[in-house]
Amino acid sequence: MSITANEVLDAKGLACPMPIVKTKKAITNLEAGQVIEVQATDKGSTADMKAWAESTGNQYLGTIEDGDVLKHYLRKASDIEEKAETKYEDVLNLDELRNKVDGEESISVLDVRESAEYAFGHIPGAVNIPLGELEERFEELNKDEEIHVICRTGSRSDLAAQKLSEKGFKHVKNVVPGMSSWEGQTEGNQ
Amino acid sequence: MTTSITTKDLAKRVVNHEKTLILDVRNTDEFDNWKIEGGNVEVINEPYFNLLDGIEPVSGKLGKDQEVIVVCAKGGSSQMVAELLEEEGGFTNVLNLEGGMKAWSEHLEPVKIGDLKDGGSLYQFVRLGKGCLSYLVESDGEAAIIDTNRMIDIYESFAKEKGIQIKHLIDTHLHADHISGGRDLAGKVGGTYHLPPKDAAEVTFDYAALEEGNDIVVGNTKVKVQPIYSPGHTIGSTSLIIDDQYLLTGDILFVKSIGRPDLAGKAEDWVSDLRDSLYKRYKELSEDLIVLPAHYSFAEELGKGGSVSARLGDLYQQNEGLQVEDEEVFRKMVTENLPPQPNAYQEIRETNMGKITPEDDKQKEMETGPNRCAVHG
Repeated sequence: MSITANEVLDAKGLACPMPIVKTKKAITNLEAGQVIEVQATDKGSTADMKAWAESTGNQYLGTIEDGDVLKHYLRKASDIEEKAETKYEDVLNLDELRNKVDGEESISVLDVRESAEYAFGHIPGAVNIPLGELEERFEELNKDEEIHVICRTGSRSDLAAQKLSEKGFKHVKNVVPGMSSWEGQTEGNQ
Repeated sequence: MTTSITTKDLAKRVVNHEKTLILDVRNTDEFDNWKIEGGNVEVINEPYFNLLDGIEPVSGKLGKDQEVIVVCAKGGSSQMVAELLEEEGGFTNVLNLEGGMKAWSEHLEPVKIGDLKDGGSLYQFVRLGKGCLSYLVESDGEAAIIDTNRMIDIYESFAKEKGIQIKHLIDTHLHADHISGGRDLAGKVGGTYHLPPKDAAEVTFDYAALEEGNDIVVGNTKVKVQPIYSPGHTIGSTSLIIDDQYLLTGDILFVKSIGRPDLAGKAEDWVSDLRDSLYKRYKELSEDLIVLPAHYSFAEELGKGGSVSARLGDLYQQNEGLQVEDEEVFRKMVTENLPPQPNAYQEIRETNMGKITPEDDKQKEMETGPNRCAVHG
């Protein structure tokens, strides 16, 4: 599975504290919500990335081991996302979605998070089109199907649902709050 | 430029109970798992990455002229924090621990336990960073080392300094918490490596059987090392009586706790062996024997000069693991709610069997963290 990031930081061969010091610097240049891939060889960097992200409010998405290189994925914190009010009215809560996912009928789930977020855990069968790519890619979706849009906290999916509705999709539901509280099955790199 | 302190100097302070303040800048999970303890050490934790924008998170907790030893995993982050404290905070007495916790985990502090009756001495090597204890018996120019740790050059230079020849390398059992240096050191100095045969079923190398009846002699028949079969932590676990004075209990009996039977995945099978060893076999021995275990778990177990020991008779009064009358209660105690297993214990066992030979760095990494070989009653 390919994971795209807005920025790739090479911290290979650097010992602690440099991977974190460099990540901290690089992430200030990103826009809120963007994803950085940090390549490091220091084994201790995984635990530190996780702890550092937690203490700064950024999102630690996960780490992939590629030979000796650890690829850490982090997403810059976004205040707007945490507080945004949702406008799209047709919402579905997680329990209802879970009943549908666990049920017999196949359903369509659209995950509008960044590909790196999706890669480290998504609802089995969910299709990934990041919010930023929806404008160009909405035609990949079937207008006649009922589409369940999900993101991490419900705000990006709210925007996506509005957009799809503007494009003439009639059966769109925004799933709230989102993957941050999803307790059902997931698949992806864990 | 920040001044540094070596693990050796820090170890001296710990065993001498000197007042020492440590600022550990690793992430809090690692700190909670494992930290520098013992003696008169006070340690506070603030991850280095919380100090990148300023030292406020710690400046209130520390006096500017107070001596502070900064510690991290390998020494790089602590160096940075030490510089920040000096440059931004105007701290005047900051030291950086060279090599960090990785080096601390490898330091062995030799402590003399006592003299032997017919000449010679017994030393305990205290691995402060991990709680492992190994022993060196020397007499008449010869030495035996028991439960040798991986850092064999330390024993080698110790022997060289004393002008003694290492003849026997003995492991009381197949270790699961640390990599044995016994086999390597035996190869290097041309000594004999002894291991209990019941723990050696899967090993890939030759060894001498450590069994009751096969006494080992150090230095011209002067010092007797007498194996006593005492299974329970492993099926082969064997204790040693040295010079009729000292009982080396391996991982069966510690000063404040007892061994755990589950590290080879056979807790249920080995519980009754463990109980027999502790409640019958050891009971038949002299109460005046000085118990010298292969581990300690609590900083307060470090006694005078940093040694860890206790009289067997006293342990029958004080060690909670020896006070459990009911067999079923005992079974529960040693099989349920056990502490987490040591880091990489399966790989460590395979390394000690000779099945795998990880590279040096990997071996160091496998050994990080506390030993966790005990059940605390």
